[in-house]
Amino acid sequence: MRFDLLMEALPVMGTGYLGIFVVTGVIIGVVTLLNKFTSGK
Amino acid sequence: MEVLIQNFAYITWQMVVMWAIGGVLIYLAIVKQMEPTLLLPMGFGAILVNLPVAVEGTGVQHVLETLFSIGIEGAELFPLMLFIGIGAMIDFQPLLTNPKLMIFGAAAQFGIFFTLAAASLLGFEIQDAASIAIIGAADGPTSIFVATELGSKYLGAIMVAAYSYMALVPLVQPPIIKLCTTKEERKIKMQYKGKPVSKLTKILFPIVVTVIVGLVAPDAVALIGFLMFGNLIRECGVMNSISETAQNALANLITIFLGITIASQMKAAEFLQVDTLIIIGLGLVAFVFDTFGGIMVAKIMNLFSKEKINPMIGAAGISAFPMSARVVHKMGLEEDNSNFLLMHSIGVNVSGQIASVIAGGLILALVKAMIGG
Repeated sequence: MRFDLLMEALPVMGTGYLGIFVVTGVIIGVVTLLNKFTSGK
Repeated sequence: MEVLIQNFAYITWQMVVMWAIGGVLIYLAIVKQMEPTLLLPMGFGAILVNLPVAVEGTGVQHVLETLFSIGIEGAELFPLMLFIGIGAMIDFQPLLTNPKLMIFGAAAQFGIFFTLAAASLLGFEIQDAASIAIIGAADGPTSIFVATELGSKYLGAIMVAAYSYMALVPLVQPPIIKLCTTKEERKIKMQYKGKPVSKLTKILFPIVVTVIVGLVAPDAVALIGFLMFGNLIRECGVMNSISETAQNALANLITIFLGITIASQMKAAEFLQVDTLIIIGLGLVAFVFDTFGGIMVAKIMNLFSKEKINPMIGAAGISAFPMSARVVHKMGLEEDNSNFLLMHSIGVNVSGQIASVIAGGLILALVKAMIGG
């Protein structure tokens, strides 16, 4: 068991998983706006 | 006569094992019809590169290595071109109707990050651990792209695991879904409000997503760019014949070369290691925790939302498209034959396709920053 490598990987794990939600949140917001402003076009 | 039998002397037991592995892949492709377009060329290629003549570096070895250096190692040409075809195949309408579904696509990438930690704990260096973890993207081209960019020496094993588990989604996911949900939860019905989506939104969506992902995760821009380019070809409405070519001829052509090129990395000396078995095990861990992550986020959302979500749709957030959506839909029908989850699960499933690419880009950025690449 390499706990030193695990400690190295934890920031990547945390930042990466959080990052997906941030990017996804931005896309959800933009798509919602797109739907709002382009309906019927 | 001696010429005809001289190669027999060079046969090793490792080669024979690789022929058997190749045979199993071909069996799974033909008899079980599991991802035949990839497992069959990979199986045949595994036999091809483990013939004694091939090992000595004659003809076929050279051809496959050339294909590998041009199509994968050099500029990840094959996975990127395949993404144009995949983009042209995907209809994002169910997602655009209900963009909130993207949350589940994001949630179901949990397996990638859990596996990253698990692989690190087992002693894999960060670039190899990240390449192994991306098996959880349930998306072959993304796995190839990330593993190649990070220079992982386990590309062959990663590819075999990624495509095998994608084919095994109908076997892997149902027990995990059942374990994580109650019967009552699986019976939750969700109304599908098929709101119309304007053509303009469908055209702007691939452009906007490319720009957002390109700005936030530039390492993923090639993947997302080619995926969304394919989708733009589909949605623009003025390139129908090219869209059909991308969906069929281009995707098929690349798939033929991709499978057999990946097999060039399945030489006995590199493939028959304990690490390969560990990687295949970690691939399963990634798929299990992807499923778990998607379901758990759906359950958490149920605590706060008035309109209940069937937590099973969270499991469709892994990007194995469309197998995962079908699994969820089928399980919904098994619990209640009037419970139609297909449109929701398809929406989540295509979200997973985008989220897995974002995950790949973020992993690349973070790991490269860590190792100074």
